[in-house]
Amino acid sequence: MIPGAFTYHRPSSVAEAVAILVSHGDEARPLSGGHSLIPMMKLRMAAPEHLVDLGGIADLKGITDDGDTITIRAMTTQHELIASDLLAQKLPIIRETSLLIADPQIRYVGTLGGNVANGDPGNDMPALMQCLDAAYVLTGPEGDREVPARDFYEAAYFTTLAPDEILTAVRIPVPPAGHGYAYEKLKRKVGDYATAAAAVVLTLDGGTVSFCSIALTNVADTPLYAQEAGEILTGSTLDAETVARAVAAAEEITEPASDGRGPAEYRTKMAGVMLQRALARAATRAAS
Amino acid sequence: MNDMTPTREQREAALEGMGCKRKRVEDIRFTQGKGQYVDDLKLPGMVFGDFVRSPYAHAKITRIDASEALKLPGVIAVLTAEDLKGVNLAWMPTLAGDVQMVLADGKVLYQNQEVAFVVAENRYIADDAIQLVEVEYEELPVLTDPFKSMDADAPVLRPDLDGKMEGAHGPRKHHNHIFTWEVGDREETDKAFSEADVTIKELISYHRTHPSPLETCQCVASMDKIKGELTVWGTFQAPHVIRTVASLLSTIPEQKIHVIAPDIGGGFGNKVGAYPGYICAIVASIVTGVPVKWVEDRMENLSTTSFARDYHMTAEIAAKNDGTVTGLKVHVLADHGGFDACADPSKWPAGFFNIVTGSYDFPAAHLEVDGVYTNKAPGGVAYRCSFRVTEAAYCIERAMDILAQKLDMDPADLRMKNFVKAEQFPYHSALGWEYDSGDYHTAMQKAMDTIGYRELRAEQKAKQEAFKRGETREIMGIGVSFFTEIVGAGPSKNCDILGVAMFDSAEIRVHPTGSVISRMGTKSQGQGHETTWAQIIATEIGIPAADIMVEEGNTDTAPYGLGTYGSRSTPVAGAAIALASRKIRNKAQMIAAHMLEVSEYDLEWDVDGFQVKGNPQARKSMKEIAWAAYHAPPPGMEPGLEAVSYYDPPNMTYPFGAYLCVMDIDVDTGVAKTRRFYALDDCGTRINPMIIEGQVHGGLTEAFAIAMGQEIRYDEMGNVLGASFMDFFLPTAVETPHWETDFTVTPSPHHPIGAKGVGESPNVGGVPAFSNAVNDAFKFLGSTHIQMPHDAWRIWQAAKELGAHG
Ligand SMILES: Cc1cc2nc3c(=O)[nH]c(=O)nc-3n(C[C@H](O)[C@H](O)[C@H](O)COP(=O)(O)OP(=O)(O)OC[C@H]3O[C@@H](n4cnc5c(N)ncnc54)[C@H](O)[C@@H]3O)c2cc1C
Repeated sequence: MIPGAFTYHRPSSVAEAVAILVSHGDEARPLSGGHSLIPMMKLRMAAPEHLVDLGGIADLKGITDDGDTITIRAMTTQHELIASDLLAQKLPIIRETSLLIADPQIRYVGTLGGNVANGDPGNDMPALMQCLDAAYVLTGPEGDREVPARDFYEAAYFTTLAPDEILTAVRIPVPPAGHGYAYEKLKRKVGDYATAAAAVVLTLDGGTVSFCSIALTNVADTPLYAQEAGEILTGSTLDAETVARAVAAAEEITEPASDGRGPAEYRTKMAGVMLQRALARAATRAAS
Repeated sequence: MNDMTPTREQREAALEGMGCKRKRVEDIRFTQGKGQYVDDLKLPGMVFGDFVRSPYAHAKITRIDASEALKLPGVIAVLTAEDLKGVNLAWMPTLAGDVQMVLADGKVLYQNQEVAFVVAENRYIADDAIQLVEVEYEELPVLTDPFKSMDADAPVLRPDLDGKMEGAHGPRKHHNHIFTWEVGDREETDKAFSEADVTIKELISYHRTHPSPLETCQCVASMDKIKGELTVWGTFQAPHVIRTVASLLSTIPEQKIHVIAPDIGGGFGNKVGAYPGYICAIVASIVTGVPVKWVEDRMENLSTTSFARDYHMTAEIAAKNDGTVTGLKVHVLADHGGFDACADPSKWPAGFFNIVTGSYDFPAAHLEVDGVYTNKAPGGVAYRCSFRVTEAAYCIERAMDILAQKLDMDPADLRMKNFVKAEQFPYHSALGWEYDSGDYHTAMQKAMDTIGYRELRAEQKAKQEAFKRGETREIMGIGVSFFTEIVGAGPSKNCDILGVAMFDSAEIRVHPTGSVISRMGTKSQGQGHETTWAQIIATEIGIPAADIMVEEGNTDTAPYGLGTYGSRSTPVAGAAIALASRKIRNKAQMIAAHMLEVSEYDLEWDVDGFQVKGNPQARKSMKEIAWAAYHAPPPGMEPGLEAVSYYDPPNMTYPFGAYLCVMDIDVDTGVAKTRRFYALDDCGTRINPMIIEGQVHGGLTEAFAIAMGQEIRYDEMGNVLGASFMDFFLPTAVETPHWETDFTVTPSPHHPIGAKGVGESPNVGGVPAFSNAVNDAFKFLGSTHIQMPHDAWRIWQAAKELGAHG
């Protein structure tokens, strides 16, 4: 439980950080809150020779309201997500989800950027970002590019992020006022990753679903955007039969691992149960 | 007397003696981060040892090459079995009569087994060097299923035992067989079964788990080559035994070994035995001449040093139609892993499992335990349990529920019908124990009345109907558990550890100013001995607990004792404390008589001193007497005021309790919520009710963890799964249910203060209460037994198999 030797860097600008990444290639890793990376280093599952601490870069902090979108800079901690009035008002599902991550100590240091860049299917924010159709701003030696969260994840710990890029911000389109939302997470205890979790954002128009976006956490080697399930529900009144069809469609795309949280079959079914409960709760929150 | 003279009540209160909810004195340092643990120790020149461990569960070792590791700057040595052979320590004896490899000798028997010991200037270099030690393995077929261990073609795990058909506990019948232990009357029991109206039979498994104290096992060994003296600081629940074992193994004379157990961050049985880390640190210090520290990390702790349970119990009960039990038959398949390293008294290969008749009056019983080897870590320790009592209590409490179900009787009523009655004590059980005292009916009735048992049953019935009508997806279970413990090991006639009788001891020294230092052979790991031991002395000799210092864990200063585990401290050392105190009081009485110029028979004890009978104004306080003992003792009397007592208990003590658990289960997720948990404990005389309550809370929390998911699992390849706190279920305050505690008091008739011990009761009684609650919830769907642990996915699976998912 002791990491290998490494050199520690603490740049003060994004450009400087990128330059360090460029000069060390695969041997370097950005360090944000360290609450995923350092445990992996202690287990020697990761052994970066250069750690590039992003904690000294003032530009990577903060949440801004850009009208149609909200931009959250990468080093914003999970605790700051919970404390933000702006998010509570416009994107309350972020607060709800953040409160289900780990425990207060971890949330004080764990960041949004680290959580979504990590590529661990157990992280809660990636599926939420897919549900919200967020885009990640990746900054490299060539400048910025934007990748939709729905296209970012390739496999466990494999993403489209290049070794010399830093995820600097997350841009989230603001859902319409009066939208319903819920993040339902089944876990064994405080501090545990999800056995299965479902994020739902929907709008109702006279009792009929006019928009519905769904994503699932920890039931495949990437987060899952459950497009078909959302489409099935759009136009419905969330009647039992349609919900059952949507749940089945969502379960269909899962491919969970069997682990201490349960066998694959169980976790697939729990994705379905979480979705069903998230839909019910989202509907009660939506303005009709 | 003037108005300022304190009343009798005031003087009594000032003592903070027995019965007082005295705040724990050790918490002053613990809550300020000022405890002194092994890892806080930093000695000049100290180096650090760490293990190369096997990634395989069963493999031959064909080559170990440490040359690259030795080249790393800061690496001092790499020890292997070959090096240990030079000092005859490649293997060590276990407490269970087996031998165990200290470092892998030609093969490994479980994943993470210790293969080589790297010694380096610090723990960082040691860990880097571990990656550089090259070990070549040749994989062997892996055996993890105890039920297959005695198959004809099962792999041979222990070639060192080849051809040895006699083990430490009798004949072995297979190359992976360790022992068969048989108790009771087979014929009588068979007869009861052939004449029975009703019988039940069920395989009840108690899975493998781990005590997981927050502080892992660790030590610092320091050999002074000039003086020829070895000092070992370690997380030892039984420091004196460790010193004796260290002396026998190392041939260093016992007086030249100093074993010191400083503050310990929890033990729960994990810190009773001796582990390869201790041996290697000692050898490394002898070789290098500098102090060597070894500290386990969490994964090492969970995956290697001492699992608990892994008992597979087939229970059968014979009964009459009216519910009267007539016979009990139990067969246990005990999975011991690669070596039999159970920490039981030496003559008890399955501990006190023969308490399995529980609280019930079985006229006939028979028990047989078969121990087997598998490719899993050794251990089998008593995790907050008096030597397999936990397993026994789980077995009988599940079996009684299953019988109740078969008879269509309420499980509480079935228990009431079969309890040993108050007038039957001392009660001789069919499997050989003499229960000292008990009043089971009163305890059970109080529990049922307090929780509103009948009303809960009615509510459960209504919920079941609603579930069947499809109105709810929640079902309700009521878990009943009534346990009898057997603690206080133990009488020298049948209890020893490697030949040392399981007595315990106390030494009490009253200083001239009337304050006290006292030392015991026990060692607190969180039990609060510094607080409670002082309370016993305070009541016995009338000196305020605040003026009494309690010290444990240093073998140079403390009298020899067998340590703290198996709820033995109060029954054994607690008795020694009372008896040593009484020696002091007797001497004090003679001194007081001299001071008051009366005969000692004219004096009577009064709270904190002696007074002349019929003339309470003529009195001497203990403080005055203590001064006199040093200043002007009676002519012919030795000065000083101190006493030592070694106590060999005449019998075990038998605490008991009634636990009730109300649980609500979400059938669709398998998530179980404990709505209420009521625990009534009878531990005899209560020394510090607050500490008792704390012990019960802690033990119940462990019981909750074990029953609801805490498990050391292996896959078929022998990979240990989830040996970290991410997977190994250690509940936080969020998951932990609210505990309601209660008590009755039935003192032990043979203990000097009537106390019985309580630390382990909640774990023993708690597990069946939770498991019975889960099982009780599913009964109406046709289930008889669902195996533990009851984590959400397993409950969900059970629900699915019972058709509860539609
Ligand atoms: C006990 C425990 C329980 C937890 N439970 C949960 C949970 O339930 N749900 C959950 O979602 N998370 C959980 N976490 C993880 C936690 O939320 C982490 O904080 C988060 O996953 C990573 O964020 P970080 O800031 O700590 O990133 P780090 O650990 O510093 O980095 C994680 C990875 O992302 C890379 N990285 C970090 N920042 C950037 C960046 N800006 N650009 C490019 N790459 C970057 C790093 O190089 C590293 O590979 C838990 C952690 C612990 C220790």
